[in-house]
Amino acid sequence: MTDAPILCVTGLCKSFGAVVAARDISVDVAAGEVVGIIGANGAGKTVFVNMITGYLKPSRGTITFAGTDITGIRPCDAAHIGVCRSFQTSQVFMTMSVLDNLLIATAIASKGRTSLLRPLRDDARITQCEAILNRYGIREYRDRVASTLSQGASKLLDIAMAGVSEPRVLLLDEPTSGVSVEEKYDIMDVVISASRRQGTAVLLIEHDMEIVERYADRVLAFDQGEKICDAPPRQVLADPRVRALIVGPDDADDSTARPRETTDA
Amino acid sequence: MRSLTGDRTVRGVLIGFTLLAIAGFFLPAWIVNNVMFGLARGLAVLGLLVLLRTGLVSFGHALYFGLGAYSVALLEQLAGVTELVPRLAGAVVVAGGLGWILGFVLRRYRGIFFAMLSLAFSMALYGILVKTESLGSTDGFSVSPTVLFGWSPETRHVFLAMVAAVCAFAAIVVQVYLASALGHLTTAVRDNEIRVEYLGYPVARSIHTTYVLSAMLAGAAGGIMAMALGQVDPDSMVNWTVSGELVFITIMAGAGNVAAPFIGGVVFEFIRTYAFELAPHAWQLIVGATLLAIIFFLPNGLWSLIEKPWKKLEKRRD
Repeated sequence: MTDAPILCVTGLCKSFGAVVAARDISVDVAAGEVVGIIGANGAGKTVFVNMITGYLKPSRGTITFAGTDITGIRPCDAAHIGVCRSFQTSQVFMTMSVLDNLLIATAIASKGRTSLLRPLRDDARITQCEAILNRYGIREYRDRVASTLSQGASKLLDIAMAGVSEPRVLLLDEPTSGVSVEEKYDIMDVVISASRRQGTAVLLIEHDMEIVERYADRVLAFDQGEKICDAPPRQVLADPRVRALIVGPDDADDSTARPRETTDA
Repeated sequence: MRSLTGDRTVRGVLIGFTLLAIAGFFLPAWIVNNVMFGLARGLAVLGLLVLLRTGLVSFGHALYFGLGAYSVALLEQLAGVTELVPRLAGAVVVAGGLGWILGFVLRRYRGIFFAMLSLAFSMALYGILVKTESLGSTDGFSVSPTVLFGWSPETRHVFLAMVAAVCAFAAIVVQVYLASALGHLTTAVRDNEIRVEYLGYPVARSIHTTYVLSAMLAGAAGGIMAMALGQVDPDSMVNWTVSGELVFITIMAGAGNVAAPFIGGVVFEFIRTYAFELAPHAWQLIVGATLLAIIFFLPNGLWSLIEKPWKKLEKRRD
């Protein structure tokens, strides 16, 4: 991790009226790094991600991506230059088949100028999407309408769509929330191995400490809009403040604890 | 090109319109007229179908229909143009141009707000036309017969063939558009705008493109109507009742296929003719009852009468 950071966030502030959702947050993320973001509900995790992808404009501070300032960029432009995201509740095209969902994502991600004018169900594009379906293990749902998918499969589709353009920064907003215990590791294995291969930096918002500990290289802990900790997972989860505010004091030091669904329910 | 001729809808449209153009030479004049008016309305409804794919309904598409019609009339008044191609081009360019300008405002609205704002714009044009003497006021203008490359055909039948050709061309263009990734993007926008935006495509641009295409189709439709009718006036071209008829036909026809609007347009024209003959003072009642019946029994419109047997046939073949 000695390369120049792909994403630099400096002095980011955001307030909604009297509520401070982000207070002077500074973070550097290196290419290929997996950074977990933890915090209680309302700690400002999603606001932080929303500012990076341009959905919210920060009140102060700058966001730099690969050396260029992208503060306040439109979400579609952020996606275009390689900052993509998945959503806490999966955002897919409900009336379309799984394949069509991916075909749309592929068509938009393609840098070719005529890509959008070619037929959607172009043979080359279908082959490309079937490879993605295989990689994410959702090949069996190829022709199912997205609204009929299970939450886990829908989540995978959502993440697959975010990753189609091989982004350089991928923000995952609770990829395992609402997903069964059996499915969650499968999802994370697929996503993280794909990112590692492409050298994608991943920002991972999670309530599940098991997941964070297993996949993140580094963890940021948020509380009331402030970054209270930034260190390797073990160190963060052992931090007394983090234990008191987020993890819960009783079993925080038990790193091999049974799977927990949420820690702040 | 191979994929184009392989498209079943494209083949169907080509065969259907060719047969219609030939049949025109053997049909009585009143039927030819009705078919022509039906096709013209169908072309405008095709524009509404494109909008419907992105989840938007316009209650003011007579704005572009009327604009197309008045472009034809004014081109003749001001420049003496009576050729088919410049007439149509004028109608399409003027309607598309205004659609592009208004698109900047309308692309920010959805649902009922979009529908009512469209209506407001169309009634503004209606108001301007009615009050302006130099634009024909309530009387409008008459439109002289259309000339095709210097040749002025004597009969209505030839004109029907020209209209059929234009409609077939438009239907194929729309079919290719809807099959493209850009066309599918309209449905994607209807389903989930946030996702489209985060995939890297601006939703506003998608809606704007669709809106301009829709306006151009309605403009061409109005131009054809003006030529077929030989007359333009605000009440039969721009009034809100015209927009209402277009939405009516859209629901009646169904949005399943690019051929549906034309079938719907022609059927509507005949229903209206017979209803008027049957009950000159209550013909709207018959037209309304027909729509109710269609909504109850054919929720996907008249098109399902063609689609369902076709699918059954295909299943049997497999």
